[in-house]
Amino acid sequence: MAEKIRVLIAKPGLDGHDRGAKVVARALRDAGMEVIYAGLRQTPEMITEAALQEDVDVIGLSILSGAHMALVPRVLGLLQEHDMSDVAVFVGGIIPDEDAAHLIAMGVKGVFGPGTPLEDVVNALRCEVVGH
Amino acid sequence: MKSSAVVDDADPQIHALAVAAMSGNRRALARLISLVEGGGAAALQAIAALYPHTGRAQIVGVTGPPGAGKSTLVCEMARAYRQSERSVGIVAVDPSSPFSGGALLGDRIRMRELSGDPEVFIRSMATRGSLGGLARATADVTCVLDAAGYKVILVETVGAGQNEVDIGRLAHTTIVIQVPASGDEIQAIKAGMLEIADLIVVNKADLPGADVMVEVLEAMLGLQSPPADLHHVLDAVSPVTSKGSPSGSGDWRPRVIKTSALRSEGIADLIEAVAAHAQYARASGRRAAHEREYAARQLRSMLQQEMYSRFLAQIGEQEIQAAVDRIASRQEDPYSAAIRLAATCRLSAGAA
Ligand code: B12
Ligand SMILES: Nc1nc2c(ncn2[C@@H]2O[C@H](COP(=O)(O)OP(=O)(O)OP(=O)(O)O)[C@@H](O)[C@H]2O)c(=O)[nH]1
Ligand SMILES: [Mg+2]
Repeated sequence: MAEKIRVLIAKPGLDGHDRGAKVVARALRDAGMEVIYAGLRQTPEMITEAALQEDVDVIGLSILSGAHMALVPRVLGLLQEHDMSDVAVFVGGIIPDEDAAHLIAMGVKGVFGPGTPLEDVVNALRCEVVGH
Repeated sequence: MKSSAVVDDADPQIHALAVAAMSGNRRALARLISLVEGGGAAALQAIAALYPHTGRAQIVGVTGPPGAGKSTLVCEMARAYRQSERSVGIVAVDPSSPFSGGALLGDRIRMRELSGDPEVFIRSMATRGSLGGLARATADVTCVLDAAGYKVILVETVGAGQNEVDIGRLAHTTIVIQVPASGDEIQAIKAGMLEIADLIVVNKADLPGADVMVEVLEAMLGLQSPPADLHHVLDAVSPVTSKGSPSGSGDWRPRVIKTSALRSEGIADLIEAVAAHAQYARASGRRAAHEREYAARQLRSMLQQEMYSRFLAQIGEQEIQAAVDRIASRQEDPYSAAIRLAATCRLSAGAA
């Protein structure tokens, strides 16, 4: 039996822009994935804990507040601490190109900005999980 | 689920996971839950390893219509149990989409206050095609949490209408949530849901109409005579017979309790009522009867699956197709065909 792809979608920090996170969550569901939607105002600790309990393949972080360079590295650090570096992290939202390059260098698997076709998001996640 | 797996040559990796989960490793626990949820040989091995260590947890089911406040209430209940130092496992079930097979699991949103507590473990589950309000593997997941030592396991069903009554079989205590409603909506209360209730909660008691709802529910349960102005409504809904006890001591009368999960009101009362029900169930033999009933049901259904897959393997797809042809062309009726094919099968595994 093919295992279901499980994804955690969370919005770290105080950012209230949740449209993108919801749209992406629905698109992933419609692509057959099981999406745990954790909602707004998640701390990196909460995100890591949820990812652990839910045994997800992917964590998707949606950040439009500009705080990505503070938040994403903390999530990555906590994952490493918990021996969970095999969980793929994707980031979406308002992320300047140079920051995106930094995030990728730190281990983020993909960064997606406004206007990204949902198909591209679905394909990137699926390739990352199934490709392993 | 693939069956006919041989359980005794246990995979050392699964065994190691089980040992780690039982000694408090939450990552291992999460992995085991995924294994069990995935079904197949790995799931059977995991359950075989864990089962001897189960039977200690108290399983409390929470069901009710979509949006009634199940997740919010589960969160409040978990907080109350944590105040008395009991560890809490939570299984929250949401429906899978019948079209894509995917699912949006949103119950965690209402449980943020539980995060950071290492004695709480929350797991979201999709129904994956099951229709009874739970997933096929929900019971097995409660086994895993039980073996891992969680003292109370709260199971939230999908938003239930009337047929999603599996929780009544799984849980030791089943809580059915209703919310304040107008007269017309009261008529929509489904007796089927109330029949599985050990306790009924009128949540959102901070909204108007809660007291009327309590009266109506108590009347439906025969706990009091109906309020005069609601006679016409109650004539339209059927009275409820309590699920009683197979051991013949069905003298438990569900209580109706008002809560506001949002304002954290009525929770202590609810927790006390759950404890009272658990106490009753033990003292009356109801709990033991419930366990046996559940075991019998599981055994029969596993036997059915196991025999079916063995028979199917022995008969072979070609023979099945040949029989289908004969049935479709009216050369043989489906009943005779099934009996004829089954008669060619052997029951023992042997050289299947
Ligand atoms: C709608 C909107 C709002 C709405 C939000 C409603 C809501 N509930 O979401 C409201 C009016 C509330 C709002 C408020 C504010 N906003 Co505003 N808002 C926008 C706006 C116009 C569109 C955002 C949106 O919903 N897009 C539609 C969704 C579908 O797109 P998306 O989120 O980008 O998602 C796509 C991709 O990014 C990606 N993606 C997103 N998340 C994820 C996650 C994963 C895992 C993956 C793989 C992909 C992915 O896939 C999606 C599909 O393509 C943007 C400007 C813009 N063009 O982006 C500003 C913008 C985000 N807002 C901005 C600001 C500053 C604010 C305010 C601070 C303004 C203020 N001073 O009051 C407040 C803050 C609110 C808060 N509490 O956080 C700035 C942010 C600047 C920055 N980061 O440097 C922006 C960029 C506008 C600007 N140019 O200045 N805002
Ligand atoms: N006024 C009021 N609102 C409540 C109460 N409890 C929950 N809610 C709100 O009701 C909405 C649904 O709550 P949930 O806990 O998600 O309900 P649910 O039954 O788990 O929903 P599903 O899982 O989607 O079926 C949320 O907006 C809650 O804040 C309450 O006691 N009073
Ligand atoms: Mg819920």
